[in-house]
Amino acid sequence: MLKDITLGQYFPMNSVVHRMDARYKIVITLIYLVMLFWGQQIWSLAAGLIFTATAVFCSKIPPKMIIKSIKPIVPILIFTGLINLLMLDGGDVYWKWWVIRITEEGVQTSVFMIVRICLLIAGTSLLTYTTSPIVLTDAIESLLSPMKKLKMPVHELAMMMTIALRFIPTLIEETSKIMAAQKARGADLESGSIVQRAQALVPILIPLFVSAFRRAEELALAMECRCYHGGEGRTRLRKLQSGLRDYIALAITLLMFAGVIVLNAVLH
Amino acid sequence: MPILEAKNLTYTYSIGSPFEKTAVDHIDLSIAEGEFVGVIGHTGSGKSTLMQMMNGLLQPTSGQILLDGCDIWDKKTDRRNIRFQVGLVFQYPEYQLFEETVYQDIAFGPKNMKLSEAEIDRRVRETAEAVGLTEEQLKKAPYALSGGQKRRAAIAGVMAMEPRVLILDEPTAGLDPKGRTKILTQLQAFHKRTGCTILLVSHSMEDVARYASKLLVLSQAKVVCYDTPTGVFAQSQSLESMGLALPQITRIFKQLAEKGISFEDEVYTVKYGAELLKTRLEGRNPEC
Repeated sequence: MLKDITLGQYFPMNSVVHRMDARYKIVITLIYLVMLFWGQQIWSLAAGLIFTATAVFCSKIPPKMIIKSIKPIVPILIFTGLINLLMLDGGDVYWKWWVIRITEEGVQTSVFMIVRICLLIAGTSLLTYTTSPIVLTDAIESLLSPMKKLKMPVHELAMMMTIALRFIPTLIEETSKIMAAQKARGADLESGSIVQRAQALVPILIPLFVSAFRRAEELALAMECRCYHGGEGRTRLRKLQSGLRDYIALAITLLMFAGVIVLNAVLH
Repeated sequence: MPILEAKNLTYTYSIGSPFEKTAVDHIDLSIAEGEFVGVIGHTGSGKSTLMQMMNGLLQPTSGQILLDGCDIWDKKTDRRNIRFQVGLVFQYPEYQLFEETVYQDIAFGPKNMKLSEAEIDRRVRETAEAVGLTEEQLKKAPYALSGGQKRRAAIAGVMAMEPRVLILDEPTAGLDPKGRTKILTQLQAFHKRTGCTILLVSHSMEDVARYASKLLVLSQAKVVCYDTPTGVFAQSQSLESMGLALPQITRIFKQLAEKGISFEDEVYTVKYGAELLKTRLEGRNPEC
């Protein structure tokens, strides 16, 4: 049950997208997101669609996985679609009943919104599918490093993220162990009222917290023993390296973004 | 009639995924009431999985576990009740202590059994004494105890349910030699007093040889043998091929035998070995 939890869902593969510099991947994803919402024409959405499809194809991630990531937001899609469809008024009226008017603009906007959100989720999940959480935090640290001048503890934040991600599987394993041990002593986790069930969690949560604190203390001690003193002067084993493929990918994205801006300006 | 039986028992982890692994592979086993069984095997031989199936925490992929001849996964069986009869102490059990006082923590199991206050009190005090915890320590918070004391408090928590079968998964792991002997002798005394069946999972051949009346050897998800310690240690070569070493004292006596000093009996406790050597030496002419 607990083993099914996957966070940051990294899907290890050997592809061009996987090998790309994570910093570029984050920047490209950000430009891509802005582009999706900037474009007002059908052409800009088509460009986004082609861009996403190409990226998915290059990443060798099965399209099934991308669809799986969209599934949880289907209710949001339906809600947004309906709101736009019913609230917006303008252009030809297709259908009319009582106060409900389905108009050209309403249909257009709701389709746009749904496609946009789908592309947004597909694009961002492609980023987490192709980048391991550790590399992702490294890249965020590197991208945020100019903020250090503003006294923002960038390295510390990134280190906290890395540690948190590292300990998710450990804590899940620990939880199932403690649950089994308390069940062996007759703890009843599956029946009773809500209050009883909440009370039944106490024998699991307390040992879990205690062990989390113990682990944190041990880790802090181990880090100190190896002379960890924050980000200053720290070098890395695996350096983020950008190459030709990253420049090309960024150039394509920028060109497309520029195209969308120009199209917007010309057609409006 | 045996108290616990396994029939064609199999357990497979993550069926259908690339990580599929059979941890227990078609095991047949029958454990008599009152036995003290030492369970040995290499890491990953399926010991822990087998133990967790014995009290219904894991449901077998196929096969049966019988307690008093009744399938514990039968629809009519109450699994919680099974867990009160087959007590299981996990590895590093001190990490499951959670109550405010040691007393309350030991009482957790008996309370779940819905026993009367007086009965709970009797059981807590009796088991606390059995594991050598004082009245003072019962009132303390579990986290105020030392490592060995915490371990014994956690074991007492399972003992207090007075299970008919007590399973302990490496109860001495990570303790110093003194703490180990303490737990094991207390366990032996508990076994003698209550007559319950004990299954002791251990990595230490010395420990199981000293306390167990039967040995269960597991290797690669299968039972290699289930026999008395003498019977098991007689097959020293197959044990070694599984990466399990004989007790040190047995190895010493084997080497002595190779040098021409042989004894009739197999030796697997230091005490018995010392006695044998003593009588042999005393029987000899002092001038030689």
